[in-house]
Amino acid sequence: MVDATILNDRPDRVAVAAQWQLIWWAFKRHKLAMAALFVTVAMYIVAIFPGFFAINDPILQNARSTFHPPQSIHFLDTANGFSFGPHYYGMKLTRDPNTLAAIFVEDTNTKIPIQFFGRGYTYSVLGLFETNIHLIATTDNTKPLYLFGADRLGRDVYSRTVQGAQISLSIGLVGVFLSLLLGIVLGGISGYYGGRIDFVMQRVIDFVLSLPTIPIWLALAAALPQGWPAALQYMMITIILSFTGWAQLARVVRGRFLSLRTEEFVAAARLDGVSEGRIIFRHMLPSFSSHIIASMTLAVPAMILAETSLSFLGLGLQPPTVSWGVLLREAQNIRSIATAPWLFMPGLAVVIAVMALNLFGDGLRDAADPYNK
Amino acid sequence: MLKFIIKRLLWMIPSLFAVSFLAFVLIQLPPGDFVTTYIATLASSNEVVDQNTAAALRERFGLDQSMLVQYLKWIWGILSRGDFGISFEWQQPVSGLIWERMALTLVLALASLIATWAIALPIGVYSAVKKYSIGDYAFTAFTFFGLSIPSFLLALVLMYIAAVEFGADVGGLFSPEFETAPWSIAKMLDLLSRLWLPVAILAVSSTASLIRVMRANMLDELPKPYVTTARAKGLSEFRLLIKYPLRIALNPFISTIAWLLPNLISGSVVVAIVLNLPTAAPLLLQALMAQDMYLAGAFVLLICALTLIGSLISDILLALVDPRIRLE
Amino acid sequence: MTDILSITPRPSMAAGKTLLDVKNLVTEFPLRTGIFKAVNDISFSIEPGKTLCVVGESGSGKSVTARSILQIIDSPGRIASGSIILNRQDGTSVDLARLDPRSKAIRAVRGRDIAMIFQEPMSSLSPVHTVGDQITEVLRLHLNMSKAQARKEAAELLRQVEIPNPEQALDRYAFQYSGGMRQRAMIAMALACKPQLLIADEPTTALDVTTQAEILDLIKRLQQTTGMAVLFITHDMGVVAQIADDVLVMHHGVIKEYGPVDQIFHTPKDPYTKMLIGSVLKLEQKAEIRLARPPLDTTAEPILDIRNLSMHFGEMKALNDVSIALLPGETLGIVGESGSGKTTLGRSIMRLYDPASGEMHYRRADGRVVDLARLEGRELKAARRELRMVFQDPFGSLNPRMTVAQVIGEPLLVNGLSKGKELDERVCHLMDQVGLDPAGRERYPHAFSGGQRQRIGIARAITLNPRIIVADEATSALDVSVRFQVLDLLMRLQDELKLAYIFISHDIGVIRYMCDRVGVMYRGRLVEVGEADKVCNNPDHPYTQALISAIPRPDPRDRDRSKRFRYIEPSPHIDPSNVKNRSSAR
Repeated sequence: MVDATILNDRPDRVAVAAQWQLIWWAFKRHKLAMAALFVTVAMYIVAIFPGFFAINDPILQNARSTFHPPQSIHFLDTANGFSFGPHYYGMKLTRDPNTLAAIFVEDTNTKIPIQFFGRGYTYSVLGLFETNIHLIATTDNTKPLYLFGADRLGRDVYSRTVQGAQISLSIGLVGVFLSLLLGIVLGGISGYYGGRIDFVMQRVIDFVLSLPTIPIWLALAAALPQGWPAALQYMMITIILSFTGWAQLARVVRGRFLSLRTEEFVAAARLDGVSEGRIIFRHMLPSFSSHIIASMTLAVPAMILAETSLSFLGLGLQPPTVSWGVLLREAQNIRSIATAPWLFMPGLAVVIAVMALNLFGDGLRDAADPYNK
Repeated sequence: MLKFIIKRLLWMIPSLFAVSFLAFVLIQLPPGDFVTTYIATLASSNEVVDQNTAAALRERFGLDQSMLVQYLKWIWGILSRGDFGISFEWQQPVSGLIWERMALTLVLALASLIATWAIALPIGVYSAVKKYSIGDYAFTAFTFFGLSIPSFLLALVLMYIAAVEFGADVGGLFSPEFETAPWSIAKMLDLLSRLWLPVAILAVSSTASLIRVMRANMLDELPKPYVTTARAKGLSEFRLLIKYPLRIALNPFISTIAWLLPNLISGSVVVAIVLNLPTAAPLLLQALMAQDMYLAGAFVLLICALTLIGSLISDILLALVDPRIRLE
Repeated sequence: MTDILSITPRPSMAAGKTLLDVKNLVTEFPLRTGIFKAVNDISFSIEPGKTLCVVGESGSGKSVTARSILQIIDSPGRIASGSIILNRQDGTSVDLARLDPRSKAIRAVRGRDIAMIFQEPMSSLSPVHTVGDQITEVLRLHLNMSKAQARKEAAELLRQVEIPNPEQALDRYAFQYSGGMRQRAMIAMALACKPQLLIADEPTTALDVTTQAEILDLIKRLQQTTGMAVLFITHDMGVVAQIADDVLVMHHGVIKEYGPVDQIFHTPKDPYTKMLIGSVLKLEQKAEIRLARPPLDTTAEPILDIRNLSMHFGEMKALNDVSIALLPGETLGIVGESGSGKTTLGRSIMRLYDPASGEMHYRRADGRVVDLARLEGRELKAARRELRMVFQDPFGSLNPRMTVAQVIGEPLLVNGLSKGKELDERVCHLMDQVGLDPAGRERYPHAFSGGQRQRIGIARAITLNPRIIVADEATSALDVSVRFQVLDLLMRLQDELKLAYIFISHDIGVIRYMCDRVGVMYRGRLVEVGEADKVCNNPDHPYTQALISAIPRPDPRDRDRSKRFRYIEPSPHIDPSNVKNRSSAR
């Protein structure tokens, strides 16, 4: 049965609507999930082209900008007459006469215009070609723009956060993909064959699910040699995360397989002379692919949180690799964050990304079965 | 019923063995062993260890034997005399180092579990009964936020607020004067006065997920025919709610211990490290870094065993409260 | 609905004060797209001690009517206008429609003055509370009894509804009861406070016909001893004829006809009522198409010969040494109650289950005989092309993710018989054959009604030019008005395509209408096989006799319950549920 309210809206179009069309219509009515989808897509676009969205070179250190506070972009300038146009003001560095601590003061006399699609540092786009065009570029390289401020070594927190999106967001996807492979194979075998294989697999899944993940990840991560190249480290961390992540997905796949096995339309297909392969791929897989996608979407944020926690503890990715977890290590001690609370900004990015993915996955799950309302 | 409990208890034996083996393998994974690390540390301070000393060290710790033999020796020691081996780094028996920290870990996890339940249960029920009300939306917003913030970040933010706004140091579980003091009433009170913060931090994300579980359970139960039957009998809405759908929605809720406990313990590891709590976690991290095999192994084993026992308890509780399982 | 005839106000109302007076009741459900009036301006009344049956097909609003009286309509439904006057025995009156659904006043009526029982006794009882707990609760709530008093009273109530060992039964859970026992427990609970009106919402629909007869008897008897009135909701005209004093026929939320039962059955005025009654009367005899057909050649070699077929599910013998033969062009009915093994037999023939022992000799078109029970791989696939199946559930048996053309065309496609444009043409032709418009072939199953979906299922079954079709409860999920269209289609196709049918059903009427011969199944065994007329009207086996006697006759003038009895299996082990038979022969 299709959701009656959709049916009432446009019976002619619904009559010929395939599953994905129905899911999309159901999903679209979920406003919050739509907003989350928008945010998710935007974040992944940033993650694909971090260089374009960054302002300063994320690994460039600048001794003069240690703990430089965040600056904001202004559009209306009243300090120097009256003019429109995006710009920011330079900062003057003074020192507290007693403690010698650095104090940055906004200097409204030095107005620095901002250029959209201007030139900046050179970066590589997905390793394919190099360019130096940025969404936002400053016109004065001696006075860089720090949207989220700078860290202990004067590196731009905003550009590093944008750069970190690439690793943090992709590790979630890759990790879930690996978990899914394991989950589909093991859960599928379990659910399809049933019987003793299913019993054993069930016990294994229950066992893995009852393990506390973080201590195990820690132990696994501690086994990684420190000196490995970044790419290898990245792969190993995703494998470690999928080591426990597959069980949840396997459980979902198994449950679906079991319930589909008893569906009458599957029995009918068998009687039609449909081969086992075609039953699985033409009849069963389309029936639960939407559920799997929803479960996957909900597993991605968990992976992101896991990577962040591991890297934060120093057992995940290692600097100079830039991920949100690695960036948050800068916020590890209370003195740093007391001086520079903007070091929390990568944490905000984590919260937004995870929340958007959770909301998106939630909406997807609600819309995933348009036939059983 | 008794059969069910016995079956479930028997099932614990292979599970515990699997966990112990897993813990041992995990600890054995890193290339090299403690002696390698030890020599490296000495070498950095310009001390040279000759091959004979290294071999002697390996023999003393039994590191020259095969992994299986080492495992069997280890597990036999634990089973026969509660001997978890020697911590290389601390040069003392592991069992002397772990128990107080494990006890505090358990206290922290249990306190968080209770807090989570106490908060999540009424909110979940409220959200389901008053579906789509302002309150429901507010709690839903909270759950999404709670699920999205990593617990260590929450700990950091609270530490920051405490330090900047109140000038308080909220790290640790004891005030400095009690840290090494023997147990006393005053120390207990001190512990309680400091326990709430890590408990609150840990409870946020688990509460968020549990509210969602409880709300979904209740929404499943509310339209069931037996609720209509109860209503047709003339029971008041509140009474029937408590007696029927809530009672039945509680069953899947109880089974959440099985995954809640591993989650809480997992979360507590990170939070404990950030807040520098004297629980198992910081020592575990240190032991892992230093490849202090028996110490790390003992922690991983005990933590995993704790969650296995948690799921055992939840299964038995479930059987106790659900006649459909009890009388199967 | 202007075509409603002038509904005659209830005749003969002089007898006394009415118990319940419903006037111009409107119950509506606000939807996103507007307001849906589930019950639209209906009026009726119930007198003390009488039975009013509300009858209608799915979606007629009969259940909402019942729930409106107690104000337990599912959210967001609400009573929009009208009145429901309850006249109590003590002379006071109250308009239930005016009360707040959560108020104390309506709660005092629920369970005390008016009690209700429902269709699914299993899900209507709490799974985690004992039956005793749920009965004593009402007693303590409305009559302020002490725990001990309530328990004593509850045991007495269980005794009244003929539940064996009432003391022990109190401490058991609903899932430990059988289906009929659960409904008895529900009735006991409803009767706890001696209500003046019992509302029964399809209380026997989920039960087997023999259990149904017992429950109907029980209600009748309790009604005679307590003097309560009954509002009985049902879709089954046979049940109506047996128990009603007055009848209210509903369709799409409005009253089609309202009057004494004899008048409704013997001089119906409304065409819809006539159709409903006609549809049950039709099942009293063989279909006209059947009668017009030349007699079958009973000397022909059987096309399918089943010998000593057995099949187990764990301990249970689902099929126990079943032997039966099917002649070419014949319709063989298999009838039995739930758990009799009739569905298992159908599925074993199709080899969806693998039988434990026995043979199924199938004579192929070329005269070659193969044993279906032994076939594997390609041979089985070839046989399945000639043996096809129509399923019960018109929703579950079609893949919702495939268009109708894909569903119907799949057997042709996967067997490599047809593709491309030719496939499309054959699909169009098949849809024509089953009375569907081929223009709709690109639509998905969700765009079709239950009856249309069953036609799609039939089209799929005849795609490969089969010789045998196994139809498992093919019309049970359909409303009566649609049922005949599908049955007649099946018979027309049989004559056109020279098919043999194995027609599995729990409904003797449908079997009588359709079938040439009938096999009766009971607990995995085939107890009787014979000509349909003989078995349905004058059976030999005591079980079949009991089964036939339990079927409610659709004639209010034929209510002789003394003919009814329950079959007791003459076997060494005594099934505890046999204690039920105390209610028989009354």
